[in-house]
Amino acid sequence: MELLLAIMTGVLYAAGLYMILRRSLVKLIIGLIIISNGANLLIFLLGRITKGHPPIIPEDAKMFSEIYADPVPQALILTAIVISFGLQSFAIILVKRAYKVVNTDDIDKMNATDEEV
Amino acid sequence: MKTIILRTASNYLLPILLLFSIFILLRGHYLPGGGFVGGLIASIAFVLHAFANGLKDTKKLLKFHPGYLMPAGLALSFLSGLLPVVGFDEPFMTGLWLHHPLPVIGSIGTALFFDIGVYLVVQGVTLTIIFTISESA
Amino acid sequence: MLTAILTGFSFSVLLIFLGRFVKGKFSLLPSLLPLGLFIYFAQFIGEISQGKTIVRNYEWIPSFGVNLSFTLDGLSLLFSLMITGIGFLVFAYTSAYLKTHKFLDRFYGYLSAFMAAMLGLVLSDNVISLFVFWELTSISSFFLIGFNNTNEASRKSALTALGITGIGGLLLLAGAIVLGSISGTYSIAEMMQDPSVITGSEYYILAVALIFGAAFTKSAQFPFHFWLPGAMKAPTPVSTYLHSATMVKAGIYLLLRLTPVLGGEAFWNTSLIIVGGITMLYSAVHTIFRTDLKGILAYSTISALGILVFLIGLGTEASLLAAAVFILVHALYKATLFLITGAIDLGTKTRDVTQLRGLRRVMLPVAIAGVLAALSNAGIPSSIGFIGKDLIYEGTLHFENSVVLLTALALITNVFISYAGYVAGIKPFFGKLPEEFKETKYPDFFIWFPPVLLASLGILFGLFPGLIEGALIKPIVSSLNLPTEEIHLKFWHGFTPILALSALTIGSGVAMYFLLKPSKKLENFINSLEVISPKNILEQFNNVFERFSSLWTNTFQNGYLRNYVSTIIVFLVALVSWVLLQNTTYKIDYASFSKLTIYEGIVVGIMFFAIIFTVFTKSRLAAVAAMGVMGYSICLLFVFYSAPDLAMTQFAIDTLTVILFVLVLYRLPKYLSLSDYKNRIRDGILSIAFGGLISILALEVLAQPVNEEISEFYAKNSYIEAHGKNVVNVILVDFRGADTMVEISVLAIAAIGVFGLLKLRLKSTERGQR
Repeated sequence: MELLLAIMTGVLYAAGLYMILRRSLVKLIIGLIIISNGANLLIFLLGRITKGHPPIIPEDAKMFSEIYADPVPQALILTAIVISFGLQSFAIILVKRAYKVVNTDDIDKMNATDEEV
Repeated sequence: MKTIILRTASNYLLPILLLFSIFILLRGHYLPGGGFVGGLIASIAFVLHAFANGLKDTKKLLKFHPGYLMPAGLALSFLSGLLPVVGFDEPFMTGLWLHHPLPVIGSIGTALFFDIGVYLVVQGVTLTIIFTISESA
Repeated sequence: MLTAILTGFSFSVLLIFLGRFVKGKFSLLPSLLPLGLFIYFAQFIGEISQGKTIVRNYEWIPSFGVNLSFTLDGLSLLFSLMITGIGFLVFAYTSAYLKTHKFLDRFYGYLSAFMAAMLGLVLSDNVISLFVFWELTSISSFFLIGFNNTNEASRKSALTALGITGIGGLLLLAGAIVLGSISGTYSIAEMMQDPSVITGSEYYILAVALIFGAAFTKSAQFPFHFWLPGAMKAPTPVSTYLHSATMVKAGIYLLLRLTPVLGGEAFWNTSLIIVGGITMLYSAVHTIFRTDLKGILAYSTISALGILVFLIGLGTEASLLAAAVFILVHALYKATLFLITGAIDLGTKTRDVTQLRGLRRVMLPVAIAGVLAALSNAGIPSSIGFIGKDLIYEGTLHFENSVVLLTALALITNVFISYAGYVAGIKPFFGKLPEEFKETKYPDFFIWFPPVLLASLGILFGLFPGLIEGALIKPIVSSLNLPTEEIHLKFWHGFTPILALSALTIGSGVAMYFLLKPSKKLENFINSLEVISPKNILEQFNNVFERFSSLWTNTFQNGYLRNYVSTIIVFLVALVSWVLLQNTTYKIDYASFSKLTIYEGIVVGIMFFAIIFTVFTKSRLAAVAAMGVMGYSICLLFVFYSAPDLAMTQFAIDTLTVILFVLVLYRLPKYLSLSDYKNRIRDGILSIAFGGLISILALEVLAQPVNEEISEFYAKNSYIEAHGKNVVNVILVDFRGADTMVEISVLAIAAIGVFGLLKLRLKSTERGQR
């Protein structure tokens, strides 16, 4: 399964990069989202995956007695997911505004600095 | 999307979802859940209500702009971290706990208030974003 | 002492808020600052003249040996008094000179910041903090030179000055570090205790060359002299203060300060004599080609700085004494000459010496100051200039070799300098007053008083040299680690060869004044030689450099996001795969992997198709939906692999993202495919290479053993210390609470950003421009 997940991570990264390299603004955002998902998955995978043992201490115990999933990557990813939502919404609005101001969806046409305008 | 069924359902769903989100928030220390998830569920509840009844109604229901939840939550989190410094001469963010756990909620400590702060901030952020976007869209 | 330095900076900051008071009737108020500081430093005269040194230490970066240690000895006292004393007069002068200027407050702000930096420079004992203050003087002088920022020439001069002195500053930093690593300390006082460590080191030449670079650029030595005449674009108070009395002397100060540490070696002495000699002669001769009063003074200042470098280069007791005296002499008369130039400029609106005549009838006090300064400049007996000149000749005459050559050099330079002094200080005031100047307004008190005061001081000290001998001059010499018993500044030496030389200087100067008239013809002649001047060469170099950098920028910073990303990724893939190719074993331990079950396979399969669909679909809505499917599949993966918290969060966020997209989707641009076929293939190959690299990296990492120390700590202490059983949540709100605190702040900032971007109305100029 790890092999499959590693390949999936690669696919996510590849797809994300491909979308970022497109000239359309909306595709750029979708690319960002895909890559951030890929990053989450990568961290999760590298923390080793464990089936059926969430990092929650059993009710009657004070410590883990058997194996448990690594809580550190999970904590990292949890905040990453929420923050990436903030990032995405900001990016979406930025794109919307840029579209309004510049009136083009083509990133290649947004390469002028203020002075040249 | 203003169908009668959804509108009626959302009126009942909103309090239930909010209660659920608080439940998720409070149990977070022992079982899956916590401020982040709780806040997200609460904001989904409001977004659903807004979809069914229109944004105006939801805003009326809220009585204040959700943006104010952000500073409130940040302040709560910060103060819960500051309490050990001010009151007990311990480093910032030291966890302090009551000795006897309360029923239902469990042990009460600064971490709980911190989590409530997170809950408020997350809710404020998502609602602010979604509301402003749907207003101007 | 730190407070004394900091008051200048804080005053400068304060002016941002209180500027408008200064612009009104309280314009004289800022001059209380330098006056107060002058009194503060003057009270140390007693202690210093008894041979004491006052040291104040403040720790700054002790781990690097960088401290704010300030030393007040003879040398720094003289400079501090000059900085604050002339500073006071310049501040007062400014209040009248720029009375109605719109940005008077700014001017005072820059000026007091400069004063503070300059004080810090001369008081620092630590070479690193000296460097910091050195750069601060460069920066504040940049603002002062470019004060008339609507004038292009003024901006250009400011930039040239900043460039030259800034390069010097960097050399100083390098030199300071070399000195520090040779001697093991950054304190000059400690270096002085055992200079042989430095002079004997193999890096001695390097250190000295770097220090020279700094001193020569700052003190406008040939071939870096050209920024100083350009800097005369600054308002006259600035030229007075920075470019004659204080800042340009910083290089001299540095050389004097380091003489006990670095001096006494052949390399040090010869280079200084040669550079100083060329500079003093070159610019002294230059003075006769100028018609602008300030230009004349600028070149004669450079020449005087050359003399100082030359004297330091001679390195004998007599010559160092001469240098010490000449610093004061020059500051007094040159500041006066600049100030009267300002007065003339203010009154007649011209600085052209070929036109100025007979002004004594309209500005008598200024004329008196001018004459006195010119006398002191020429070294007429009874002025302090006479003593200064005497000492210079004594220095050259008592040098061990090439006496005739050196003396002749000094003689010629002095003749030209005294000529320049006559032209600037006397010529504008005598002769018949032309019609157009008859209406010239009588100058303000604060315009004529400062030059008169400075010029009279020059005469006073000349008549009674005892006033400064014990108080100022002896401590300087002793701070250079030289004996002081032999020093007696005297007004009259008797009939000696030196007196003859002085007489010759004065006589030739006067003769030159009558024979040679400044004219436009001469100026045009010298301007035609500009092509081969160092200034021009530097400008050519600048142009080439600029063209190169714009070429470079246009190639790499072309504004196409795709190119930036591709460049980064190409390099990343190339570098990492190169390393991987060399070190990897490609052993994948299939046994340690968990088994693939059917439902996992199905979820991954769905996810794969969702991704492919997202990338290749032509519809925006379909892409968003497919992205949602992708997110939910990841969510399921989290469920399978014991991450319930993640699954819940991912689920909620995915829902919200889809809602967000749906809300704005139809406001967003259409989903175009703009790239052509070739581009798509190229990007596709790059993307697949990148994805493959990530997969291989992931597998490589999986083959390495895990360090579980951190996780174990959290798992163990989660309940015992933090009373929580959901370890993920405990990490978030307790163990790493401060991180979470910052993260939610970031979230809040993102929300505010969204709110701001949407609520902010587009200006009409921004909307639909193209």
